[in-house]
Amino acid sequence: MVGLEHYLTVAAALFVIGIFGIFLNRKNIIIILMSIELMLLSVNINLVAFSSFLNDLVGQVFTMFVLTVAAAEAAIGLAILVCFFRNRGTIDVEDVNVMKG
Amino acid sequence: MIAADLYTALPEIILALFAMAALMVGVYGGKDKLAEPILWATAGLMVLLALFVGSKGLETRDAFNGMYLSDAFSHFSKMVILISAAVVMIMGQGYMAARGLLKFEYPILIALSVVGMMLMVSSGDLIALYMGLELQSLALYVVATMNRDSTRSTEAGLKYFILGALASGLLLYGASLTYGYAGTTLFAGIISTISEDGMSLGLMMGLAFMLAGLAFKVSAVPFHMWTPDVYEGAPTPVTAFFATAPKVAAMALIARVVHDAFGVVPGDWSQIIAFLAVASMFVGAIAAIGQRDIKRLMAYSSISHMGFALVGLAAGTAQGVQGMLVYMAIYVTMNIGVFAFILTMSRDGNPVTDIGSLRQYSKAEPLRALALLVLMFSLAGVPPLVGFFGKFYVLWAAVQAGLTWLAVAGVIASVIGAFYYLRIVYYMYFGDEVEPLDRVAAPVQATLLVASAAIMVLGVINLFGVEGLAALAADALVN
Repeated sequence: MVGLEHYLTVAAALFVIGIFGIFLNRKNIIIILMSIELMLLSVNINLVAFSSFLNDLVGQVFTMFVLTVAAAEAAIGLAILVCFFRNRGTIDVEDVNVMKG
Repeated sequence: MIAADLYTALPEIILALFAMAALMVGVYGGKDKLAEPILWATAGLMVLLALFVGSKGLETRDAFNGMYLSDAFSHFSKMVILISAAVVMIMGQGYMAARGLLKFEYPILIALSVVGMMLMVSSGDLIALYMGLELQSLALYVVATMNRDSTRSTEAGLKYFILGALASGLLLYGASLTYGYAGTTLFAGIISTISEDGMSLGLMMGLAFMLAGLAFKVSAVPFHMWTPDVYEGAPTPVTAFFATAPKVAAMALIARVVHDAFGVVPGDWSQIIAFLAVASMFVGAIAAIGQRDIKRLMAYSSISHMGFALVGLAAGTAQGVQGMLVYMAIYVTMNIGVFAFILTMSRDGNPVTDIGSLRQYSKAEPLRALALLVLMFSLAGVPPLVGFFGKFYVLWAAVQAGLTWLAVAGVIASVIGAFYYLRIVYYMYFGDEVEPLDRVAAPVQATLLVASAAIMVLGVINLFGVEGLAALAADALVN
């Protein structure tokens, strides 16, 4: 029997993979965008699992909102990335370094 | 029923519809030729909406089954947000137009992000909170990249986007855990679950993740990495906007979440907020010392100021919330003045942001130098200027709540922070001769600079009544 905790474990694992994808990846910004998407989708697993466990539809409604926002966010991210590529001619993570923070 | 709900949310609805209509007018009308009229119309509408929201006063209503809350707290925050956004837009208009950045999308994106901020401070539900926050953030990512032919601006937008999306992810993970363990997304439902069953580990995790996500938005340490780069890279009017309205909205949102959803267990979140506050105050104060770029310096200054505002929240009392609101109102006024000045800094028509270029500025422009001196003293918290009272309110609230160590840490951090503000004053009055800055007329900016400095001096009498309004707003939130 697959219970709530199994879903939560998978979601937590995916979420952590997403965070590590952002911080450990030294290659390409597209991979960062994929990691962000992974984080948001792991949250969706959480929400749907809770929704089914609690017999409450709000979690699934929340999931629909998250999916929509994630799509908008990806569109804006890619648009900014295109602008950046036009100026720098590269999308390597190492080259995002004009300003040192 | 639906009519009453819609009426309650009328300010947001008007602004959202206006933004969509203005977008149509812009696209089918004259494109960027219409940028200036749209900008003025947006600013005018924001001021009218601020008056409208202010006229609601102490009225407390909720709409859409508690998802949207309209109370004195949200009214106060919305007024600060709307007025500061309108002023910053008008202030930056000349700068944007002179550099070909005044596109018609600019005022529309600002209007949309302001709608997001208004929803944030009015949210009574995790879904409403998330949607408001994302509407604000998505518009701000684009605004940061406004100068799309500049490497710095696009890099700032990219960094802001990646870290902002990470923050949204953290917040959302926290929201999903809170929903799962409380069984509802309504703040009112979460707080009643906690008062019946106590804080479970899942809710604690949810709270911690949500606070981490929100700390990103107010640029509290350790989630501040994006701030200096975004402040430096974005066009100066956009930086001025980032430093004002979104900070107020995010700070008010933190207050809303901790008091409305987790208000019965102040001990659990006040430690987290106290840690964020101490770290922000010290990192902001110490890291700013090495900065030579005034926009980066203002970034660290705003990190430090957010730390002070969080001290008020860490107290967990109505007095603390009042202190936070007063502090944010003062902080916004000071930042508008300082950024009005930064907008006028140029040499041969090109913007300059190096603080070394201010040497001997007082000889060329004695009045502006004096106004900037007042603002710098006020930012540093030197009595008897208004900036001192902001710090006094939050630190006193912390002492009253038994957090004396936090107040002592705040005093030490403000002494360290005074160093870099005073260095700017030193440069202006006693620095060596350098090639002077352009003498630009800039009537709007000069007026705002002097007005903001005058407020810092004249406000000493009674803080223009902000204190009393903030107390009413805080009582509406904490009861």
